[in-house]
Amino acid sequence: MLAKRIIPCLDCDLGVPGGRVVKGIEFKQIRYAGIPWELAEKYYLDGADEIVFLDITASGDRRETMVNVIKKTSKNVFIPLTVGGGIKSIEDARTVFNSGADKVTINTAAIKNPELMNQIANRYGSQACVVAIDAKRRYEPDEGREIVKTPDGDCWFECSIYGGRKFTGIDAIAWAKEAEERGAGDILLTSMDRDGTYDGFDIELTKAISERVKIPVIASGGCGNPSHILEVFQKTKAQAALAASIFHYGEYKIGDVKGYLKERGIHVRL
Amino acid sequence: MIAVIDYGMGNIFSIRNALEKVGAEVKIITQPKELDNADGIIIPGVGSFGNAMEQLLPCEEKITSAIEDGIPFLGICLGIQILFERSQESPESGFGIIKGEVIRLPDNVLVPQMGWNELNIKKAAGILEGIENGDFFYFVHSYHCVPEDKNGVIATTEYGTEVVAVINQDNIYAVQFHPEKSGEKGLLLLKNFLMNIKC
Repeated sequence: MLAKRIIPCLDCDLGVPGGRVVKGIEFKQIRYAGIPWELAEKYYLDGADEIVFLDITASGDRRETMVNVIKKTSKNVFIPLTVGGGIKSIEDARTVFNSGADKVTINTAAIKNPELMNQIANRYGSQACVVAIDAKRRYEPDEGREIVKTPDGDCWFECSIYGGRKFTGIDAIAWAKEAEERGAGDILLTSMDRDGTYDGFDIELTKAISERVKIPVIASGGCGNPSHILEVFQKTKAQAALAASIFHYGEYKIGDVKGYLKERGIHVRL
Repeated sequence: MIAVIDYGMGNIFSIRNALEKVGAEVKIITQPKELDNADGIIIPGVGSFGNAMEQLLPCEEKITSAIEDGIPFLGICLGIQILFERSQESPESGFGIIKGEVIRLPDNVLVPQMGWNELNIKKAAGILEGIENGDFFYFVHSYHCVPEDKNGVIATTEYGTEVVAVINQDNIYAVQFHPEKSGEKGLLLLKNFLMNIKC
């Protein structure tokens, strides 16, 4: 049986020499967390199942910096490495694969050019193509949407792009199904309402999408403590949980979190 | 020197980094003649069987004769599958060094298998020194190997059916998972493979 995965996410600001890991709150305020490859290696040794690097640099050409970060990381980190942020084309994807990444994650580029998902999956395999969805709850009724019941009322979920700065009008549930059809291997599903809040994952969002696609869903946004990860594995079909802040600032170690999950009957790799 | 054959399929950097981490001298090779001085040969790779066989054709003779000469060989992922006679994935023949075929994973599970799965160790073998029953390795594949002779099967994993995970016949070692992506246990397996190499 496949193990549920615990994935630390490193948001990288590559606008400074060498790059640094930061963490935003609700996609805005920024706090410094460390040097990308050093943090990645620490998480690897702590038992992470995969590492995600997201380039959140606002502007400027930073591809060379990301290539350097991936190369340095892959020398000492021997688990799958996923890289995203600013990947616009199959050429951009090739650049990160050739630096040592195993998977790319795309969001804005997938929405603007859905064919890119097919291209990456055909060339590098579905396992190499992760589609990221940043979803926000919309309580205003709207025709033709997939409506989900929540304790706060019925809502639908809207996809956003450009790191949460622009809304697209696209229904996240329908979009997840399309990503699956086009060959995505994982869906990295982030709740914009929960990201950085420490309030726990958006269970209704994660449940809705993980029950409607057959590919693995990585729950993201809002993890504040290990019980949130337990909850998302117990209440939804998510195959993986992604967290940043709880690991970055030393509140919890990955190995301890996995031990906690295993004691409570979750199948994890220890 | 360990020759890692680069035939344009997949992430060659990971396997090189992992081998160097455990102390190997690695050469990435693309030409058959570069195999002449190899103390060990590794075929990594993800992708389709037919495409791989097409790309490996120029090297086939050198590889099979090196294996006959007793040079330690490690096939990883697609590199285990191409040792077989044939695959349901493509009409091309495999190397046929191991009798049997490669078939698609069953319909009752998600294909590809993608993630960390546990080893069921069937036999003690040097390649698994320090690796325990239930240790996790990272798998990414849609097809799996069915050897005629089960004697060479060292370990399996459960994914809809019993899936061959590790094969060892004399100097031939082959794994369905990716040791270079399987954390410290994966590195240990590569280190065990290197123990066979005379340098």
